[in-house]
Amino acid sequence: MLRYTINRILLMIPTLIGVAVLVFFMLRIVPGDIVEVKLRGDGGNITQEVVEQERKRLGLDRPLLIQFKDYMIGLAKLDLGISMWTERPVIEEIAIRLELSLEVAILATIIAILLAVPLGTAAALMRDTWVDYAVRIITIGGLSIPSFWFGMLIMLTLLSLFNWLPPIVFTPIYVDPVANLTQLIWPAMAVGYRYCAVTARMIRSSLLEIMSEDYIRTARAKGVYEKLVVSRHALRNAMLPAITVIGLEFAFLIGGLVVTEQVFNLNGIGQLFVQSVSRNDFMLIQGMVMMIAVFYVFVNLIVDLLYAVFDPRIRYG
Amino acid sequence: MAVISAPASAAVAPRRRGPVMEFIYKQPLGAVSLVVILIMMFAGIFSELVAPYDPLTIDFASILAAPSWDHWMGTDAYGRDIFSRIIHGSRTALVIGFAASFIGSTLGAMLGVASAFFGGKIDDWIQRFVDVLLAFPIIVLALVVVAALRKTVVAGVDVNLVFAISIPILPRVARVVRAAALSVRVMPYVDAARAAGYSNSRIIFRHMAPNVVAPYLIMFTAFIAQAILLEASLSFLGLGVTEPTAAWGLMLSGNAADFYREAPWMILFPGIAISLAVFAFNLFGDSLRDYLDPRFRV
Repeated sequence: MLRYTINRILLMIPTLIGVAVLVFFMLRIVPGDIVEVKLRGDGGNITQEVVEQERKRLGLDRPLLIQFKDYMIGLAKLDLGISMWTERPVIEEIAIRLELSLEVAILATIIAILLAVPLGTAAALMRDTWVDYAVRIITIGGLSIPSFWFGMLIMLTLLSLFNWLPPIVFTPIYVDPVANLTQLIWPAMAVGYRYCAVTARMIRSSLLEIMSEDYIRTARAKGVYEKLVVSRHALRNAMLPAITVIGLEFAFLIGGLVVTEQVFNLNGIGQLFVQSVSRNDFMLIQGMVMMIAVFYVFVNLIVDLLYAVFDPRIRYG
Repeated sequence: MAVISAPASAAVAPRRRGPVMEFIYKQPLGAVSLVVILIMMFAGIFSELVAPYDPLTIDFASILAAPSWDHWMGTDAYGRDIFSRIIHGSRTALVIGFAASFIGSTLGAMLGVASAFFGGKIDDWIQRFVDVLLAFPIIVLALVVVAALRKTVVAGVDVNLVFAISIPILPRVARVVRAAALSVRVMPYVDAARAAGYSNSRIIFRHMAPNVVAPYLIMFTAFIAQAILLEASLSFLGLGVTEPTAAWGLMLSGNAADFYREAPWMILFPGIAISLAVFAFNLFGDSLRDYLDPRFRV
């Protein structure tokens, strides 16, 4: 187990280097950088001289390979560099927004699991009845309704029913848990719907597959209560593929947050990413992409290790 | 075999249907979604004829008008007719959705087939590349490409946007097509073709490609839904299609959000349009999968 874990961690390194190389060069293939965006924003006449000066100050005038070498050395020391826009360390920019986004992500996961398990199970057990069809429509809806529009609908409902508008300032959970939850539960619902839909579909299909296995027939034949057949024998095994989906969707939740944070005016990771893209802040984009990729490979690892915990047949040598 | 099946087929005498009728018969939900898609395509192609107003005409006399007989879905903050903008928006969504999904799926399928066919080192390298691209959520990868490219509009289509949306599709298709192609590669007829001394490209295009067409078509339709959703998201963020073009995501961004209370129709109808379009393509993709490849059906 330990050897397998160490091996897996070592295997992440090439993927992460690949991500770093790809993003670095992709951003720089086409000419155009932050200096234009920054100075154009100020308006007025900008001479070529000023542009060159700013480029030099930000180190953008150096040869590409030198910039690349510095960036990779920085990464090796876990230094993500300095934001080209705010000129604060990238790590710091991310850190101050991480708490909010992570909380929304965790809330969304809880909502998704609480809804997906009963929905998926009910659909599988009552296959081809109206329950199954209703769940199918709800889940395809979750895959089709854009999370940001769902968020807008939630806001519209709250506004017309309770005259509630999203607060401008974020309240951390340790300051006032109630205010914090009333603020973050809505964006969590908006991103959680899709999450729930994906998970419920996976639970339904894997449960259906398992219910036709021999050991389920054996359990029924020896007179085990149907309730126990489902909960002890079937559901436990159906959880494996569900865990994969829950894990991967959690790692990718940042994707939903990118748009939803905009709707609820939350200053989190998603909004930071959109800002850095519209400002062409290459260092910040690179830093955030690296963070997302690291998060993704680690969640993948945890999912693989959880498999061993849930399925006694799997033992990594 | 022939002896057993002959009387059965004579007795039942299956009516011969074309593939389209067969699909409608076997996949009624898919047929319904196909109708929605065809209506959308009709609206997209003949926007000028279908839409009651010009989508760009600003009318300060009827700003934020509620839905009425004159304006079925009301008007926006510039007095533009929302129904007409949704009709024209279907063109934007379909063109970008089809183009991006086509480019992404086709390049991905080529990569997948090449990976399976050559195997060895080439397979390893392509798979590492695919793994790297898969380490990003779809929208994050699209946004990185948006940041890298300049806005380029050719014949009214945002080429950079199409490209940005097709990149995240590529690795996902490549992985599935590779798996399908791998199972074909060991077939005797591929060995036979190789023994006959055919060139690699001939084997790839004449023998392997036809067998990966089903997964390719399924992925292509499914990713149209994703591409439409992605275009709407990017336009909503202000990083996709820009004003004054009529695009659904764009109609939800900017001032639409400021008029929640006074003009909820501004956010209601474009969102319904996006959801319906994505829903139809998702459902159609699902049904197509069941129809073309019943092995995957649960």
